[in-house]
Amino acid sequence: MDALLLTVVQGILLGGLYCLFALGLSLMYGVMRLTNTAQGDFILLGSFTAIAAIAGLKWAVPDSVYLPLLLSPLLLLVAFGFGFVLQRQVLNKVLGKDPLPSLVVTFGLSIVIQNLLLEIFSADPRSIDSLGLNTASVTLPGGMALGVLPLFILSLALSATYGLQWLFNHSALGRSFRAVSDDLEIAQLMGLNAKRVYAYATGIAFMLITVAGVLQAMRTTVSPSDGPMLLLFAFESVIIGGMGSFWGTLIGALLLGITQQIGFRFDPGWGIWFGHIVFLLLLVVRPQGLFPKTVG
Amino acid sequence: MSALLQTHGLTAFYGDAQALFGIDFSINQGELVAIIGANGAGKSTFMKAVTGLVRTRAQQIEWNGQPIGGMPPADIVKLGIALVPEGRRLFPSLSVEENLLMGECAGRTGRWNLNRVYELFPILNEKRWQPSTSLSGGQQQMVAIGRALMSNPLLLLCDELSLGLAPIVIKEIYSALPRICAEGMTAIIVEQDVSKAREVSSRLYCFQEGTVPLHGASSALTAEQISQAYFGMPDKPAGAGAV
Amino acid sequence: MTPFTVTRSNRSSPLALAMAVLLVLSAAAIPYWAPEDNRSAWMREFVEIACYLVFALMWNLLAGYGGMVSIGQQAYFGFGGYIMLMLGNFAGVNPFVAVPLAAVCAGLVSVPVSFIAFRLQGGYFAVGTWVIAEVFRLSFANLAFVGGGSGTSLTAFTGISKAVREQTTFWMALGGMVVAVALVYIFLRSKRGLALMAIRDNEVAAESQGIAVQRTKLAVYVVAGFGAGLAGALYYLSNLRITPDAAFSVNWTAFAIFMVVIGGIGRIEGPIVGALIFWVLNKFFSDYGSWYLMGLGLLAIFITVYFKQGLWGYAQQRWGWSLFPTQRRLH
Repeated sequence: MDALLLTVVQGILLGGLYCLFALGLSLMYGVMRLTNTAQGDFILLGSFTAIAAIAGLKWAVPDSVYLPLLLSPLLLLVAFGFGFVLQRQVLNKVLGKDPLPSLVVTFGLSIVIQNLLLEIFSADPRSIDSLGLNTASVTLPGGMALGVLPLFILSLALSATYGLQWLFNHSALGRSFRAVSDDLEIAQLMGLNAKRVYAYATGIAFMLITVAGVLQAMRTTVSPSDGPMLLLFAFESVIIGGMGSFWGTLIGALLLGITQQIGFRFDPGWGIWFGHIVFLLLLVVRPQGLFPKTVG
Repeated sequence: MSALLQTHGLTAFYGDAQALFGIDFSINQGELVAIIGANGAGKSTFMKAVTGLVRTRAQQIEWNGQPIGGMPPADIVKLGIALVPEGRRLFPSLSVEENLLMGECAGRTGRWNLNRVYELFPILNEKRWQPSTSLSGGQQQMVAIGRALMSNPLLLLCDELSLGLAPIVIKEIYSALPRICAEGMTAIIVEQDVSKAREVSSRLYCFQEGTVPLHGASSALTAEQISQAYFGMPDKPAGAGAV
Repeated sequence: MTPFTVTRSNRSSPLALAMAVLLVLSAAAIPYWAPEDNRSAWMREFVEIACYLVFALMWNLLAGYGGMVSIGQQAYFGFGGYIMLMLGNFAGVNPFVAVPLAAVCAGLVSVPVSFIAFRLQGGYFAVGTWVIAEVFRLSFANLAFVGGGSGTSLTAFTGISKAVREQTTFWMALGGMVVAVALVYIFLRSKRGLALMAIRDNEVAAESQGIAVQRTKLAVYVVAGFGAGLAGALYYLSNLRITPDAAFSVNWTAFAIFMVVIGGIGRIEGPIVGALIFWVLNKFFSDYGSWYLMGLGLLAIFITVYFKQGLWGYAQQRWGWSLFPTQRRLH
């Protein structure tokens, strides 16, 4: 029983990271019905950009250990700008009723990013030095030891989910997100510039993607070919939770994490497979996900 | 006095299918003009053309003398033309108040704000936080009108306000019109109900299969003239009354 | 009321058909007229491009005509390859016979898969099929008797000379390619094909006209699965060595997408043109490794944004070219 509890808890902690993978995907699909098949690769782009930036800072200012941390808001700003420009210049041109063009373009981007990272960084796995966070742990009263970094990641996931949901429900920007998603024609009739609204959504999505990338690189090693796997985890989290709800995405991510951890306990080779199987079963039994909102 | 809105030989297409075959229309500031016609006559297409939802040629529509045909809808609402769409088309994910607030996206200032809309339609104040889809048809129509008013338009276009509503509700909606138009608002209403249209408007245009066989002062046109134009009788009477 | 006539062929299509027959016949004779020292390499390369083409044709049928964009067709490609190998190695079936059998198996397995995949639409359908392909990959990677993650070799050719093996493989690939093109062409000219295009244009309207939408979509999905399995079985017939990571790699679909998009989605000529372009690019640039792949990706993005119809589609629109006319013209 104790072992099961530990597995579930570890699964929840893993799910926290999956939630951060998935929120950007959920946001972009929710606002503009765009499936970003390059999600995983963009996450890695975030990881490697951070790795390169830290390496560069270390070389320029060798004694400062905390400088990267202080400059991380700058990274978020860059991420927002990148997403904003990507949407305006590329993705806006392929949005429409036909899902194929956007799929081909994001898939093409996936291949470009993977190979670009491969050329620049080679296939060697790398990571970000988390200054001991990834090995530190707290021990709960019951005797269970939990990693500090995973707990931190989970709390970030909770905050991000809460923040995103709040943005959607209580801000003017969130209102415009919901309006263009509901009825693009009438939203434009009201004076909304859809292209700009989409760009804001993608900008925010990329901030989340970058955070996820940095944390992934702290938690474990990253290599340029990891992208597709991360995309599938993000995707499964969104579907399990149900489209149209960020809390649903969080729950879906936690469930996926738990399922994978249970699978890992049986056999390391079958962990991810088990997660996929449970996902597919859920798709058959309840295709709308666990917490679907009425589709607008 | 030059017209606020004018169309010259307005044509519009849905793909290859032509819906409007050269409409001449004009409305002066402060007027309430009605457009009547059977289903498929082109009334809604006309509204969509004016608001930019359907593309037309630039010179075919003039606003205060400036050509606006083919401009994107987001720019047209900023000029001061607002549409209450056919079928209401509220945002389902938004509450009543949020739907109204969407009208502010046009960025225009003026007399209309949330408080005034709630004064006009008090029931909406009670239901302000409810999802817009939970309201009755008539209440949804009020939200749609309020939303258009929130953009402080100079010209209000109302497309089939009475669609799917019970007579008593229609009466309630139309009783708000005088208050809306009291301060000089110009309005075009599309109506299926001919008598209602004649009742509220000063002039009326009858559309038929993408053309305007009849137009004139509402009081001057006879019922016979109207029904002939409405149904496209071969013997088309000339327009009576000044434009 | 003037009677209308519906025509399908245009001036160039009988000529194109003649040219195609000529090309196929001369290709079939390659084992005889190709230079001795290069013969093996030519045939192997031809088989490879034939497999790419068949896979791309099927992906095009599914996406361009069926409106179902899948990033998971590699599931059937690898499945076809593995079943062919298993039939040959363990059931004593002649590998050449095993190829069509494996293709049929792939078609059959696509039926239960469709129960799951069809739960999703649009972009999410695409990623969902990728998940399913990953399940296939992980499953086969954990089967010890076919070598697990390291894969295994086709051993059923012992006793057959290299020349016979290569030639028969070559002809089978050529035959497979012709069959695939013919199959798709005939299907699209049939009533089923017209129904398919109606569904692609407007599913709801099609249903209201009495078209069995779900059944037609399933039929297309099964045919596409069969075709992908055929391509996979042929590929590994030639390659002899199979691994799960290669057989179920998403790169197969990536290349198919590339070929179809460059050539033109939804047109039969598109994948053929795209496959030719792909082969040429491969010949000259594949040595550049990652840069080459990056270039392909950027090209696909560029064409999708600025030439939505692909290169052949652009030609069709601009100059009315059509070799395999499936559009019906009203006169």
